[in-house]
Amino acid sequence: MTDIIAIKNIRKTFPGVIALDDVSFSVSRGEIHTLLGENGAGKSTLMNVLTGLYHPDSGQIQIAGENIHFTSPRDSLACGIGMVHQHFMLVPAHSVFENILLALDKVPNFYSRKKYKEKVQKLIDEFNLDLDLDTPVWRLSIGAQQWIELIKLLMRDCKLLILDEPTAVLTPQETARLFNVLRKLKEQGKSIIFISHKMREVMEISDRVTILKKGRSITTRVRGDFDESKLASLMIGRDKVPQWQKNLQMSDEIVLDIQNLSVRNDRGLSDLDDFNLQLKKGEILGIAGVAGNGQKALAEVLTGLKNTNQGRIYAKQKDITNSNARYSYVAGIAHIPEDRKTIGIAPDMSVDENLIMKSFKSGSFRNWIFQNKKAIKRNAEEKIEQFAIKSGPDGTPVRYLSGGNIQKVIIARELSEKPAVLVALYPTRGLDIGSAGYVHKVIADGADQGMSTILIAEDLDELLKLSDRIAVMFRGRLIGYVDPRNTTREEIGLMMSGETPGEKV
Amino acid sequence: MKLVIERREISSALLRFSAPIASIGVALFVAGFLLLASGVSPLEAYKEIIIESLGSIYGLSETLVKTTPLIFAGLGVSLAFRMQIWNIGAEGQIYVGAMGASWVALFSGIQTHWIMLTAMFFAAFLCGGTWAGVAGFLRARWKVNEVIVTLLMNYIAILWVDYLIYGPWKDPKGFNFPLTAQFSDTARLAEYFNTRMHSGFFLALFCALVLYLFIERTVWGYEIKVIGSNQRAAKYAGMNTGMAIFFVLFLSGAIAGIAGFSEVAGLQHRLQHGISPGYGYTAIIIAWLAKRSAIGVVIVSFLMGVLLVGGDSLQLLWQLPVAFVYAFQGLILFFLLASDFFIIYRLKFVKGGAHV
Ligand SMILES: Nc1ncnc2c1ncn2[C@@H]1O[C@H](COP(=O)(O)OP(=O)(O)OP(=O)(O)O)[C@@H](O)[C@H]1O
Ligand SMILES: [Mg+2]
Repeated sequence: MTDIIAIKNIRKTFPGVIALDDVSFSVSRGEIHTLLGENGAGKSTLMNVLTGLYHPDSGQIQIAGENIHFTSPRDSLACGIGMVHQHFMLVPAHSVFENILLALDKVPNFYSRKKYKEKVQKLIDEFNLDLDLDTPVWRLSIGAQQWIELIKLLMRDCKLLILDEPTAVLTPQETARLFNVLRKLKEQGKSIIFISHKMREVMEISDRVTILKKGRSITTRVRGDFDESKLASLMIGRDKVPQWQKNLQMSDEIVLDIQNLSVRNDRGLSDLDDFNLQLKKGEILGIAGVAGNGQKALAEVLTGLKNTNQGRIYAKQKDITNSNARYSYVAGIAHIPEDRKTIGIAPDMSVDENLIMKSFKSGSFRNWIFQNKKAIKRNAEEKIEQFAIKSGPDGTPVRYLSGGNIQKVIIARELSEKPAVLVALYPTRGLDIGSAGYVHKVIADGADQGMSTILIAEDLDELLKLSDRIAVMFRGRLIGYVDPRNTTREEIGLMMSGETPGEKV
Repeated sequence: MKLVIERREISSALLRFSAPIASIGVALFVAGFLLLASGVSPLEAYKEIIIESLGSIYGLSETLVKTTPLIFAGLGVSLAFRMQIWNIGAEGQIYVGAMGASWVALFSGIQTHWIMLTAMFFAAFLCGGTWAGVAGFLRARWKVNEVIVTLLMNYIAILWVDYLIYGPWKDPKGFNFPLTAQFSDTARLAEYFNTRMHSGFFLALFCALVLYLFIERTVWGYEIKVIGSNQRAAKYAGMNTGMAIFFVLFLSGAIAGIAGFSEVAGLQHRLQHGISPGYGYTAIIIAWLAKRSAIGVVIVSFLMGVLLVGGDSLQLLWQLPVAFVYAFQGLILFFLLASDFFIIYRLKFVKGGAHV
């Protein structure tokens, strides 16, 4: 196999942080090469170096054996290297086609719209993507938006495609689809660098895996020479995924009662439709459902971010329908935002300051009208230690943290107030296996101490492992409850497609 | 070899600190050509500026006199900047502040010195605050752009003050000049060293300190910073962002309003036409140069004070128009904006270049 690109001894530092210490690896033609590493190991930084967004302190990038110096992503694109970023750069009001056109740099002034459209349509058909060119982007799901980013790169005829955690925001169905596309691209001789924290995906798609640890590439393994546990232990050194015990919760006290809830979205469609749910004290209630069936709306309504059109929500008999986020929080509902960069953090402020964003008014962080800086600092040190947050030197703005570490800051904050009810929307998205395990442990321990959790996740394994009960949603309605110890993936799958079960638990 | 523009991954603190200074330097350089064109030697002129504004007790006192309203207005504008709110209306807020203070001074009949001054202070505070508060309310309630509202309200404020001094508030013994009667001694701030320098300057320094503590140390300051950094996150954390926008614009205008109080009580002792020769607009440049820090506002205001006083003497000495000072201020802002480019990007020579 021929290497299309080789990376040699790359080092990249930021003030006070060695993001990449010594990284070498290569990508061959027609392979899917996975990068695996803990949160903050340097994967995204490495990809940014590869696309010319960052400049390495030392080390070489070689294409066809020749050293190359990228000054911007434009240069790397010209060399056939394209990247789908985690945060897409699309114009929401424009149509799919217009967005794709925007990305091409050699569109003649009087371009033939029809000709380009045909070309794009051909790509869509070829890869069997479900995408209408005239739809405005704001109406598309995140998964569909990702197709656009991909098509942009294909239109530019990229030879190497970089996908930084593409599946973190995809439903399992969308992921399967993406993988089909990736395989097809591979057959055409294109190379792909893939990043993911989900072992199952890594096992399924990778030809080779390079493991990154604390900014160093420690090994590259060929397919057949690795399995899930092997990779995990290489990545985090030992098997140090936190262990926890699930206790059966027996309480019958209902802490949250949702009755006949209906919520319409911006487009006037029903996100929640006559939805009912009861949450018991100290239980972990998993919510299963194909994404887009109202889970997000449920979380938003519960945390007061969205208003209801109909129905009532009671927290311990207290009516909390239509209250704002603060009020909900006082009633003990926290919420881990799925959209971490846009609503989860104040990006210019430090980790310390972000960790108190919800509790800054509480007595423990203030003296009269002044902030208690000492207490804030102590709190931060505690949380950084507990959640193993890689936070850089003191006072580093949160925006410079790696994706997974930002997520950890948010989770640490949400859990710190010991809420009565926790609404966790995809809490482990983007977390490495160690951190995901720790979040599971915190949720399970919380349950032991009487915290009730509504856990919304796509990963059935995660739901089955953690939940005391699972509620299945379909088109904004509750289809039924199942007992995780007493069900099959098939049964849940059927319910997720709208079939009512014979009996309820 | 070729020259490329690179994006900096991080902008160094040193660079961010030196950029404003460098832009003042470049502005001085370019303004030198303007001076040359008017037949004045730039070096002579700059020397003159320094000597006039700093070289004597009198000069220094005049500089501090000019610095005072700039600090107030600059603090007001920079507070709003903190929350990504653009208060372009400090000029108008100075006028209504002055109007409020004058109303108390002329018509309240208060006899006690400190009660009178306190009442004038709060009248200016409330008037300036209300004036900006209108924009805050419109922004918070209906998302009306505060830039437009604050800017347009400047004209209303200035014309309203003109109406008062040409009409109902005109001094009957004033030979028909557009001014109010002189304030009594109860309504005057203390003056020092036989100069025009008055206690408003110390009030301004005190204000800067209070505002610094407010932003950096208090719970509200924290809230303002979070909202300025990410409004949606603030909302999600349960902060009332609408209320905060209103509150910050109110406070921003109120502080600018104090400039009006300090001008009429400390310096002019009456309300008259043109009480502010554009301090409110200079304040925008000051807030930008100071990078939103309260201490920075004090330093930059002083520099601007030097420039204003020195500029006056250029006018006397070489008959240069006062517009020169404004041109110079404009140049500073211009180069400052340009320097932001160099904070984000850098120029670099590379060998060979990429395969493009
Ligand atoms: N612009 C920056 N300034 C300062 N530090 C940075 C910057 N970008 C990244 N870092 C630091 O470099 C390290 C590596 O970050 P990177 O984003 O590459 O991690 P990652 O492997 O992608 O992690 P994740 O799985 O969480 O996305 C982190 O400690 C991060 O804080
Ligand atoms: Mg990353």
